[in-house]
Amino acid sequence: MSDVVLEINNLETYYGPIMAIRGVSLKVNQGEIVAVLGANGAGKTTLLKTISGALNSSKGEILLAGRPVQNRDPDWVAAQGVAHVPEGREVFPFLTVYENLMLGAYRRRDAKGIAGDLQMVYEYFPALKERTSQMACYLSGGQQQMLAIGRACMSRPRLMLLDEPSLGLSPVLVKSIFQVIRRLNQEQGITVLLVEQNAVVALQTSQRAYVMEVGGVVMDGASAELAQSEDIREFYLGQKSAGVRGTRRWKKRKTWR
Amino acid sequence: MTSQDILNLLLIGISQGCAYGLVALGFVLIYKATEIVNFSHGEFMMLGGFVSLPLIAFFGFWPGIICAVLAMAVTGFLLDSLVMRRIIGESQASVFILTVAFGFIFRSFAGMVWGWEAIPFPDFFTGSLNVGGLTMRTNRIAIIVATVVLCVLLYAFFSRTKVGIAMQAASQNQLAAYYMSIPVKTLVSVVWALGAAVAAVAGIFNAPFTQVDTHVGGLGLKALAGAIVGGFGSIPGALLGCILIGVMEPFSDLFFPTLKGVSAYALMLVVLFVRPEGLIAQTFAKKV
Ligand SMILES: Nc1ncnc2c1ncn2[C@@H]1O[C@H](COP(=O)(O)OP(=O)(O)OP(=O)(O)O)[C@@H](O)[C@H]1O
Ligand SMILES: [Mg+2]
Repeated sequence: MSDVVLEINNLETYYGPIMAIRGVSLKVNQGEIVAVLGANGAGKTTLLKTISGALNSSKGEILLAGRPVQNRDPDWVAAQGVAHVPEGREVFPFLTVYENLMLGAYRRRDAKGIAGDLQMVYEYFPALKERTSQMACYLSGGQQQMLAIGRACMSRPRLMLLDEPSLGLSPVLVKSIFQVIRRLNQEQGITVLLVEQNAVVALQTSQRAYVMEVGGVVMDGASAELAQSEDIREFYLGQKSAGVRGTRRWKKRKTWR
Repeated sequence: MTSQDILNLLLIGISQGCAYGLVALGFVLIYKATEIVNFSHGEFMMLGGFVSLPLIAFFGFWPGIICAVLAMAVTGFLLDSLVMRRIIGESQASVFILTVAFGFIFRSFAGMVWGWEAIPFPDFFTGSLNVGGLTMRTNRIAIIVATVVLCVLLYAFFSRTKVGIAMQAASQNQLAAYYMSIPVKTLVSVVWALGAAVAAVAGIFNAPFTQVDTHVGGLGLKALAGAIVGGFGSIPGALLGCILIGVMEPFSDLFFPTLKGVSAYALMLVVLFVRPEGLIAQTFAKKV
């Protein structure tokens, strides 16, 4: 049996009276890339924020390597080895690339290991190496995404939470960013929970995937199989099958929306 | 008026401006970390002066001053971790009222403990210095030196040390700082401690001129005006604004005696009309 890094059971999160996560359960094993797909407003960002402690849950549990971490402060959760790469990069705009990266290693004390990881990040993202002393606000969107991922790597995380790394990037850049994510997973053994709207690339990159709709998981399975599924192909991959089964499709759609 | 007089007024103005600047430094530090304008900051300064009196009497001059600064740092830390932290997210009005109320509490406290009469402060640098035919009281020069030293120290702290950079990060993007496992809440309390410590230094170095008095907190308002003139979000801006006000005051008192005491606020109003972001605005608008 493989080690479970993250286990979520029946999680519920509210924004005031609005229920944004409605009983989500999922599991991420050591060494996996697990994707969470879903349309706008499905609750993907809310899910990640609840995991990292930025939002409190009102029900359910979040277990990190078997230990409960729900409703703790986000700095504490991060210190337990959860590195959150938030939606929209959120780099520190007026600090240099180097300072941004070093802040990722804030809790670490092993100077040698930190220096080694810095070189590793520069190897994966040569664009950052050329701009070590540039302020982060002068980086392009893609470079900021690299910085956000590199910064997360600097903490040697047990689990990396990636929120829509493809947001606002050109198709070429999306491809290369996801290539790096795959390499980080294979070469550095970083476990990843990946939230994406870009289902094509997310299913290619991940081993397993969950599909979220209005705050709940409606489907899950091996990514390769999901990529073949009718519903996924139709709603997320934009490949409409011919309309022979019109009524059935209508029924399905009702369960989706 | 001879050029000698002008130079003299100028020097006095600069030292007075530095005195405001020391107070403004604390304002801006706390504002940048928390977006709270601490209206009790002048009272921090006042308390610093009062606290130093018994400590100096007990430990001797320099150790007493150091203890007073440390005591104020602890006060600032506790004020944030016990009180201010709880009202995060409340309306600006309640935050404003709370900090003003703390000013009143501090003033009454000092009055009850040390009395309402001004107490003279021991002159620490007696005599005066003669530079190029200009004589200046050493106390005045001490304020300038203290300001410069503190600015250099604070600059080094914020740009060179890990904790200082983490504080900058937390003020630029608080949630992302949390995600980096930076203990944001503790660091904010440390910034309050720094602000209070700087205020105490200001109070002590001003004490030879103002004496130790429950009313010196009013200097905080002048410092606020200076910070607004210079640009509230930036430390160099705030210092510049304060020095500007400090230099302007003795001259305007001389030429427009009717404006005595209000010229600083007049300048602040003018700047607010002409250039509301201050002379040196924060280089970038802060992300909301
Ligand atoms: N701060 C907030 N206050 C109230 N409701 C919110 C807040 N943030 C999100 N919501 C609501 O919660 C639901 C889930 O939002 P969330 O941001 O998690 O969606 P998402 O799946 O990440 O969407 P996207 O793909 O657009 O990023 C939405 O219906 C949204 O309107
Ligand atoms: Mg989102």
